[in-house]
Amino acid sequence: MPDATYDVIIVGAGVVGAHIARQLSRYRLRTLLLDKAADVGDGTTKANTAIVHAGYDARPGSKKALFNVAGNAMFDQVCAELDVEFDRCGTYVVATSETDLATLQDLASRGRANGVTGLELISGEEMRRREPGLTEAATGALYAPTGGIVDPFALCFAAAENAVSNGVELALNTTVSRLLLEGNRVVGVDTNRGMFRSRWTIIAAGLHADDLMRTAGLEGLVIRPRKGEYFVLDRAARSQLRNVLFPCPTPVSKGIMVTPTIHGNILLGPTANDVDDKEDLGTTAAGLNETLTGALKLIPGLDPRLMIRSFTGLRATGSTGDFEISTPAERPGLLVLAGIESPGLTASPAIALHVVDMLREAGLTLQERPEYVPTRKGIPRFSLMTTAEQEALIAQDARYGRVVCRCETVTEGEVVAACHSPIPARTYDALKRRTRIGTGRCQGGFDLPLVLEIMAREYNVSPLEITQKGGASALVFRRTKEVGL
Amino acid sequence: MKSISCDVLVVGSGPAGLAAALEARQTGAQEVLLLERNDELGGILQQCIHTGFGLREFGQDLSGPEYAWRWIDQVHDAGLQVLSETMVLSVDATRRVVATSKALGMIEILPRALVLAMGCRERPRGALAIPGTRPAGVYTAGTAQRLVNIDGYMPGNRFVILGSGDIGMIMARRLTLEGAEVAAVCEILPYLSGLRRNLVQCIRDYDIPLHLCTTVTEVRGQDRVTSVVVSGVDADRRPLPGTEREIPCDTLLLSVGLVPENELTRMAGASMDAVTGGPRVNEGYATDIPGIFAAGNVVHVYDLVDDVSQAARIAGRSAARYACSTQAPTGPTVRLVAGENVRAVVPQLVHPAALEQESIALHMRVRTPIEAPVNLDLRLGERTLLSRRFRYVRPAEMLTLTLPQRLAGELAGATELSVHVRT
Repeated sequence: MPDATYDVIIVGAGVVGAHIARQLSRYRLRTLLLDKAADVGDGTTKANTAIVHAGYDARPGSKKALFNVAGNAMFDQVCAELDVEFDRCGTYVVATSETDLATLQDLASRGRANGVTGLELISGEEMRRREPGLTEAATGALYAPTGGIVDPFALCFAAAENAVSNGVELALNTTVSRLLLEGNRVVGVDTNRGMFRSRWTIIAAGLHADDLMRTAGLEGLVIRPRKGEYFVLDRAARSQLRNVLFPCPTPVSKGIMVTPTIHGNILLGPTANDVDDKEDLGTTAAGLNETLTGALKLIPGLDPRLMIRSFTGLRATGSTGDFEISTPAERPGLLVLAGIESPGLTASPAIALHVVDMLREAGLTLQERPEYVPTRKGIPRFSLMTTAEQEALIAQDARYGRVVCRCETVTEGEVVAACHSPIPARTYDALKRRTRIGTGRCQGGFDLPLVLEIMAREYNVSPLEITQKGGASALVFRRTKEVGL
Repeated sequence: MKSISCDVLVVGSGPAGLAAALEARQTGAQEVLLLERNDELGGILQQCIHTGFGLREFGQDLSGPEYAWRWIDQVHDAGLQVLSETMVLSVDATRRVVATSKALGMIEILPRALVLAMGCRERPRGALAIPGTRPAGVYTAGTAQRLVNIDGYMPGNRFVILGSGDIGMIMARRLTLEGAEVAAVCEILPYLSGLRRNLVQCIRDYDIPLHLCTTVTEVRGQDRVTSVVVSGVDADRRPLPGTEREIPCDTLLLSVGLVPENELTRMAGASMDAVTGGPRVNEGYATDIPGIFAAGNVVHVYDLVDDVSQAARIAGRSAARYACSTQAPTGPTVRLVAGENVRAVVPQLVHPAALEQESIALHMRVRTPIEAPVNLDLRLGERTLLSRRFRYVRPAEMLTLTLPQRLAGELAGATELSVHVRT
């Protein structure tokens, strides 16, 4: 393939694509990471339960089980290298009936078969001691000490930033319309910004994996979006919950859970409803009601008045029931990742390592770059610092002394830093995921005008050009005193 | 870290903070320090360019910035110390305040008395859990007001406004004057949330459709709002199936209530009133943490700024007295309890000893409107001590009942007073 521009093109900059890009950036390769959205991690990565699963759910021998347990084991190191918040706080599955107790036994033995360590069955009484607000109906619980919670946005953009700092090219707002074929061989992609040719093309496109495969004549696999609706509660609710709690799982889902988030909120959800539309990110009254009812079954005292946001995520549920990770023999040059639904977030670092091995075995020459830097430092987080650290930071740059988001205590300095990070936060949502701005109880009401002004200044554009999430999502339309409409 | 001590520290320079700081100085506090997180004083008044301010305080119909400047000028003339672009990060029960300031960096302030005057914030979409997509174009009315009036940008061209709060109605007019179209104002309740005068001057005068017993049940649009679905609601405010109607628009404004901003108050450990969302205060607007006072919308949400200034004066005066002599009213207190058709009463506690010195104004709101003459009764047990007649009562309009000094004797020994509204 002498005319290939890139060695590898990765379609999709979600958490899976980002980790693959990072692993590939260790080697002397020209890699392009593409995404149709205005920021990395804008699909399933941004709307999930943010749990690092222990690995007792998946069927032993499945890829889900294999990569879940392997990925879980990598989190301490990966999050330390990438400066991502992660808490291996342990997780619980709560039984509320005799049947549930049998399910816990099954989960425990499945977990042990999968290689999950430390699993422990505890009594309902002990569980209520650990979680005082727990339902009286609790009959027992499965404790998984290796489970945890993570910042899923950061896990993705940190890996992508690290990849970019190590030479990977990133093209956002780039929609792949089809795979390019020469004979049987996949030789790149066609996009809204032209064609890009490569020796290898990796589909890490979440919900759209099957659509892309179909453009290369690969039928069979179908991705069906499975909708999950969530509620976020204010930090003020944090005292109402101590632990990550799952109900007993059903055949379609792990059930509606209640969990603290790494940022100190409480997350309730998700529902599980198959839908047809891959863009159907709307919440519904019924779904939100189901979420709340489910959560109250576990913690009856949760205060619904502390809701600050609801959202929907779409799981990329594949028709095979397992992760599909393969190099289809009939389409050389193509590596497919599909059906990476839960525990995809947990599995992502391990999947990335495996993808590198697959490429090596398939003949891609991987020569280490001695200049590869595995670590990445995030922007300063004023609210997490000690007073002395805050003082030092303001002394360095007075903009860290100006708070622009009062609920989450985010400073102008952090906004500016996010505008100049390796993957600049070009949209309000990107900035939100980098800095936590607008994620508190006022949901951006206070900061938005200030942020528009700062972003416009830093990027030297008009506030009219700043969008919430790219495309036609402009935040303001025109100057006052101008005739519009 | 730089450490500052002062007699009275006031957090927030909106109408409450300005009045409290000025009054503290006039009561005799020498070192009064006023903190503001924004770059200029005045708080939200600066974006309220409509009139309706100052009728009682100054006998004139002023705009928000004019009203603010009347106070700011006095604050400057009185030589009060002011720190803008300064945000308080923490407060504890010993009144140790830690703040971050663009000019001074991290500072510690140790005041002899502290007045909390942070105001209130608007309820966002998330608090209502409106179903649908999450496009750009959903703003609170106050955010839109800031964008239009301070920054000079239009957040949309065709609006639906949910909630008939005052800011929402005022923005309906403002946006219309800027050439935008307000397709509808929807209110879930069977009556208005804001003041009647705003209905007349901002909605009816501009032929803007107002729909009562109606709410937004879905937001549509991927990148930007393309429409909202509105539905009628039943008596329990539940959407009525079959009444859904789609209204094309590019922006949804929310004017669905204000919440007192009390993170710092809670941090200091003050007891809170679950109904008002503010701290429980006595007649001097003192919280139950010694030396910590509360002024304006942090106590409960007012509808008129003149009332904010007046109540904040009391807080400033009490703070100055506490700072200068560590004096606080002593002796037993009487609890004030909301009775029939009363949502909450402020202050929540009264010292009979303080009533001997001066009269005490009680503020309250009714739960449901009554468009007929009613009595507001103050009762000790079954006995009515005081009664005031109103031509009508509406939740949007705060009621005031002033306890005259002559009742001080009656209150001695009492533990609880209640207020009731009935026809």
